[in-house]
Amino acid sequence: MNADIARNPSGEASTASERDPNRVDFGYEVRGLRCRWFSVRMGVRLATVSAVLFLAALTLAVMSIRFGEYALTIGDVIAALTGSGAEFHRVIVVEWRLPVVVAAIVFGALLGIGGAVFQSLTRNPLGSPDVIGFDAGSYTAVVLCILVFGRGGYWSVAGAAIVGGLATALLVYVLAYRRGVQGFRLIIVGIGVSAMLGSINAYLIARADLTDAMTVGFWGAGSITRVAWSGMFPSLVIAVVIVLAAVLLAPYLRRLELGDDAAITLGTRVQPARLALLVVGVATTALVTAAAGPIGFVALVAPQLARRLTRSPGVSMLSAAAMGAALLAAAHFLAMLIAQFYRPIPVGLITVCLGGLYLIRLLIRESRRQYGVSP
Amino acid sequence: MDLMTDQKRTDEQPPDDTAVAAQPRLVVDEATIGYDRTVISEHLSVRIPDGSFTAIIGPNGCGKSTLLRALARVLTPRAGRVLLDGRAISTYRSKEIARRMGLLPQTSLAPDGIRVADLVARGRAPYQSLVHQWRPSDEDAVAAAMRATRLTELSGRLVDELSGGQRQRVWVAMLLAQQTPIVLLDEPTTFLDIAHQYELMELFRTFHDQGKTIVTVLHDLNQAARYADHLVVMNNGGIVTTGRPGEVITAELIEEVFGLRSLVVPDPVTGTPMVVPLDPRAAPAQPVPPVAPVRPVRPVVTAQPVPPVAPGVPVQPGGTDTPGVLDVDASVAGPVPSTSPITADIHPEK
Repeated sequence: MNADIARNPSGEASTASERDPNRVDFGYEVRGLRCRWFSVRMGVRLATVSAVLFLAALTLAVMSIRFGEYALTIGDVIAALTGSGAEFHRVIVVEWRLPVVVAAIVFGALLGIGGAVFQSLTRNPLGSPDVIGFDAGSYTAVVLCILVFGRGGYWSVAGAAIVGGLATALLVYVLAYRRGVQGFRLIIVGIGVSAMLGSINAYLIARADLTDAMTVGFWGAGSITRVAWSGMFPSLVIAVVIVLAAVLLAPYLRRLELGDDAAITLGTRVQPARLALLVVGVATTALVTAAAGPIGFVALVAPQLARRLTRSPGVSMLSAAAMGAALLAAAHFLAMLIAQFYRPIPVGLITVCLGGLYLIRLLIRESRRQYGVSP
Repeated sequence: MDLMTDQKRTDEQPPDDTAVAAQPRLVVDEATIGYDRTVISEHLSVRIPDGSFTAIIGPNGCGKSTLLRALARVLTPRAGRVLLDGRAISTYRSKEIARRMGLLPQTSLAPDGIRVADLVARGRAPYQSLVHQWRPSDEDAVAAAMRATRLTELSGRLVDELSGGQRQRVWVAMLLAQQTPIVLLDEPTTFLDIAHQYELMELFRTFHDQGKTIVTVLHDLNQAARYADHLVVMNNGGIVTTGRPGEVITAELIEEVFGLRSLVVPDPVTGTPMVVPLDPRAAPAQPVPPVAPVRPVRPVVTAQPVPPVAPGVPVQPGGTDTPGVLDVDASVAGPVPSTSPITADIHPEK
């Protein structure tokens, strides 16, 4: 298999690897980058795929800026972004539509990172924050906030979403805890908890009045079109912190993949490392949910699709982030495109529709793998 | 830290010529080890002689893996300490220990779709930092580890596609890439066929020849006696004895520790002690015992006290050459006279 992967780096590198016994053949093309202060190794395919995905996300984002009640040409958009267009266009593009597409890229990348962290920790492609029930927890908290406490402002809702998500994460963690947390138990408990929270939500909405129920429903669909710079700036700052933490913690994730014993013997303090990674994973979802409502399935889908494209071992945060950004930008583009002909559709509904198909496929394949005839 | 106050334990020091007067690098000091609510070992003290090939042996559940896991700091002792180079391992930075001591766990998980070289390269983690993730020394170590384990040809293969023996070699290569002077192995040969078992043991012997200290849990006593130069024999969570295989392994010890009666003979190939279990059905005192019948119908044995009822039945007491195992097999396989039902109840008098 993988015939298109070069067994050796081509050209000069290939002859070098045959001559030098200390060159390692990784079975795929690898480039090392070295200087006195810095040395990394990266698969060429992983780097290329990630770069292409980020580029695709950017392109889709710029293209979706065109759409809206006031349509623009791609030339108008680029002119406005480079600061040479008409003032009216500048306001539309930079003030109104740019934060939305920035949100699509950043939130998509965050969701991808969150998914990669959870799937790696649970060692299961089903382990993503939205499946485990953090979205449902945020949703319940927001429903309570709007319907019971009557506070529908941006910051109240965002705060409630974070608190709800974290509280649910903690609850699921504690319920699943038995001599440490096992991946599969975490997922099963998460699905159970989120089903229970769903019934609470349904009850609360059923007895609410119409406008409140509309507010909740709109939030619950998950939309980034309401994002403005005022809300986006704090989100961006937190996002930078989360990404930095993720970069710092990535080596621990790679070691935990090998099992606790191996991770310890490689010099990892397992429990603190796992806890820190869980916090990062939960933070990605909490931030996105607070700012845009629950956007399902990006975290679930992105790491696995990226893994198939990059053929990297395990899930990688970089490619998952790139794939997440591309997916959410594409979903946003699709939403804007549909709005041209039909009516605005929240981006969360599109990700749920597409992600649902993927989930069905994944579940079928997983159950075949676990209960099938051949290993 | 003043952790060097170990004079009180010198009386427990095993009479082993490899143990030098100074404290060896790896020492378990009065440790109490266990899981959750179960205590496996209490006040356990062990010294691992520097440069030794130490095998920890003992029956299932005797605490040998637990001891190894405590040495490898996978398990934290509830009381007492594990000392590495005179310092309690809990006072080290985790990466610092990882550069001195590596463990081959009983089970490790290979990430989906990982290739051999990638997995071996993970062994370099203790030497890597955020800015230095792949130095030339890392590549050299990985290449050397794969050469030593004969994996260079398989370097780019998917780990999932390898055989069990090859896969275990990949994990060993990862451990080797860690470049630690002390190597801990938790039942490294358990799931392998006999050829791969000995292949791996030979590999560990070359590590030992290169100056590494090897500590391994082994199930196979003969392997332990053949490859190790220091044995730690455990039972019920405690140390029964330690020392050279030639001195330690005796029929009495095997019976005491494993409850197995055996004959200890020199291994015809290496001369190291070899444990040959006796047949539990045999008489106690005889070295090569005749086999007692287990099946009720035994014409060969019963022919003497009970004469055959039917004349002309071809049962002949002296028909087979020796009263060994073959007799029983022959009698079961051969024609059993249906006309002598009485014999079914008769047991041989011993």
